[in-house]
Amino acid sequence: MSIPGPEDITRRELPNGIVVLVRENHSSPSVVVSGYLRVGAYDERPEQAGLAAFTASALMRGTANYPFEKIYAELESVGAGVGVSGGTHTTGFGTKSLVEDLPLVLDILTDVLRHPTFPGDEIEKLRGELLTDLEERAHDTRRMAGLAFYELAYPPTHPYAHSLVGYTETVSELSRDHLAEFYAGGYGPRGMVIVVVGAVDTATALAQIEGAFGDWEGRQYDRDPLPDVSRITEMRERTVTIPGKTQTDIVLGYPGPPRTAPDFLDAFVCNTVLGVFGLMGRLGENVREAQGLAYYSYSRVAGGPGPGPWRVIAGVNPANVERAMVSIRAEIRRICEEPVSEAELADNKAFITGSLPLQLETKDGVARAILNMERYALGLDYLHRYASLINEITAERVQAAARRWLDPDAYALAIAGPPAEG
Amino acid sequence: MIKMSQAYKTQLPNGLTVLVKEAHAAPVASFWVWYRVGSRNEYTGITGISHWVEHMLFKGTPTFSKGAAEKAIAREGGMFNGMTAYDFTTYFATLPANRIGLALRIEADRMVNSVLALDEVTAERNVIISERQGSENDPDFLLNEELMAAAFRVHPYGTDTIGHMCDLETMTCEQLYAHYRTYYAPHNALAVAVGDFDGDEMLRLIEQHFGSIPNDLDIPAVNAVEPPQRGERQVFVEGEGNVAYLQMVFRTPPVHDPDFFALTALDAALTGASGLTFFGGGLTNKSSRLYRTLVASGLATAISGSLIPTVDPFVYNLSAVVRTGHTPAEVLEALDAELSRLATEPVTQEELTKAIKHAKAQFVYSSESVTGQALWLGYSEIFADYSWFEDYITNLSAVTVEDVQRAAQKYLKRSNRTVGWYMPENGA
Repeated sequence: MSIPGPEDITRRELPNGIVVLVRENHSSPSVVVSGYLRVGAYDERPEQAGLAAFTASALMRGTANYPFEKIYAELESVGAGVGVSGGTHTTGFGTKSLVEDLPLVLDILTDVLRHPTFPGDEIEKLRGELLTDLEERAHDTRRMAGLAFYELAYPPTHPYAHSLVGYTETVSELSRDHLAEFYAGGYGPRGMVIVVVGAVDTATALAQIEGAFGDWEGRQYDRDPLPDVSRITEMRERTVTIPGKTQTDIVLGYPGPPRTAPDFLDAFVCNTVLGVFGLMGRLGENVREAQGLAYYSYSRVAGGPGPGPWRVIAGVNPANVERAMVSIRAEIRRICEEPVSEAELADNKAFITGSLPLQLETKDGVARAILNMERYALGLDYLHRYASLINEITAERVQAAARRWLDPDAYALAIAGPPAEG
Repeated sequence: MIKMSQAYKTQLPNGLTVLVKEAHAAPVASFWVWYRVGSRNEYTGITGISHWVEHMLFKGTPTFSKGAAEKAIAREGGMFNGMTAYDFTTYFATLPANRIGLALRIEADRMVNSVLALDEVTAERNVIISERQGSENDPDFLLNEELMAAAFRVHPYGTDTIGHMCDLETMTCEQLYAHYRTYYAPHNALAVAVGDFDGDEMLRLIEQHFGSIPNDLDIPAVNAVEPPQRGERQVFVEGEGNVAYLQMVFRTPPVHDPDFFALTALDAALTGASGLTFFGGGLTNKSSRLYRTLVASGLATAISGSLIPTVDPFVYNLSAVVRTGHTPAEVLEALDAELSRLATEPVTQEELTKAIKHAKAQFVYSSESVTGQALWLGYSEIFADYSWFEDYITNLSAVTVEDVQRAAQKYLKRSNRTVGWYMPENGA
């Protein structure tokens, strides 16, 4: 099995703007469809936070040809899945099935994306599920620290400052008509990407996708550019108190590089050193291994179409928050001030390039990789070039990325846990 | 030459059971070593010890100093982890196939040479306590822990694998080392390799690395037998939060009992077919009976069922998240009505057919991942035999509507269950 590239991925642009990518894989009789539409929380107003995610979930609650019960009766009777999920920039969708059931899942997917009916009773049930989830979130230290972090790190006018799933007060106010209007105003083929990976021949897959979506004429929201996000120049800190908890969660971070930033891969390597490699990188080694302060202490750089966050995440005993913070800041300072040694850099690069076969083992993994190549215009030969792109990164570039995006003395810090003792 | 596109099982002279399967869909391989030790082998005073020992096996040997093994695996682009459950402790690495030999070296070495130094044990105590405290943040964990303690009053399955806090605070380095030396031996272990390699060559490599490890220890037997349950038990947990949870467990037969597959089919009808994976399958269950009764009706926001195969008889578990504005009592009433309905509206052939087709699809999906395949081969060998996994669809297909009906009557009765309520302090 070779690494996917231009020689075995077929890319077709339909007249209505949809980009279809197909890669055959006949190792087992299953097929995965994965894609996204250009609509999301970006297109909702702050007072309607949660609208895009609510709308995306509501699509599966009933369509012109498939009432809610029928959608799931059909899918579950063949062990297949169809899902839609609202994000910030896009709304993602996907299917997984045996190849014999691909016509069925595509029929359902098409109806879900093109002919949702937003039945009132189903919308109310879904609202109840969303509101209960928001009640659970209010008592979840990890999720509350995450929420507070976004509010601290991004300006209030930025889409990233608002919760994707919304708030009790906004979700309570969203009506069935709000959802239907949001759908009508922004679901359409332009900017839509569909990837098919599996035991289906390319011509058949292309014909099936074109048959399903080729005549779709939906609308699209005009988008203003994202508001500027300036670098954080001071310490911003917020504590969310949740009585009765035994562990405190910490999220410390910054607005980070978009996936298309020239230094994204430099930042990616830097983050691998900081909080991924082996057992959670330097952060794991210091906070967990050397000091035993936390079960988890790691970092992630999100990338994405905009300035997604670069975050350190740790869960610690409430009495150890200060000590953990000292260690986390020391590691950030170290990676900003000292070049990574050649040996450590070589280890991290070997990990990043060497783990590609594992990421491409399953059809889901291949579909994800192809979707990313298309989404960020990386080129279909990106995976072939990947190792050399990583290997040419120097310690200087890693340090420059750290200095550009991180700062041990200026960051957004959200802490959620029980009240301080004493 | 042995054909190993199916799993091939053998045993080395020192007692190590070996399972090898070739899979050539992708250039990767997964290697696992399973030990027949977990919280099933523990008692008050040393609860959580198996899980803690698992952590300690990442702290180094004279050959691979602390951190060296995970770094070596990472340098090859691999994935490396361990996990502990009731019946087993397992360690695995998945790597590009031509690097899999490294995983064999590491596992053979730490089967006997782990150091468990005092300072490392001391530091890890805080990590383990932190792991437990993170779990305690979750109402689900708090409820499940109390519920299982009520469901099992003799058998160690009543204690969560993480262990009691007082034991985590007091266990000694000597106790941890003794546990390691007692249970880590080839005749108490199982090596599993699945991937893009030559099967004969893999067998030879396993013999080379593990063949000379001695097996001079007696493995203590677990003699605990949970007495019959004589009546329904209920547990109430009060805690922080705004959301209530309802959970119940029914005592179930051993995995070898033919009723086990009937219960598997029953679970599929009640809460949707399970995903055949530890790592979550992302499956929906919205056409299942209990989803319709509890979630579609607006009483709950989620319902799930699980029937975990285990060495000793275990439980069938149903868990519901109560929708805001409703009470666990309402959910329980509706759930009881649905279970009673099984008597008059038995599970149908159509529901059985659905469960079988579902399982077939799951097997196709799982064949894409060498890690998933190795996990299931090893796991089923722990509680039964690897053929349990390979014969899964055959056994499920043999279940009749009558089998399911009989199993429902026999096991899903009130006198055989323990019900747990999580009542939030700030609840509606």
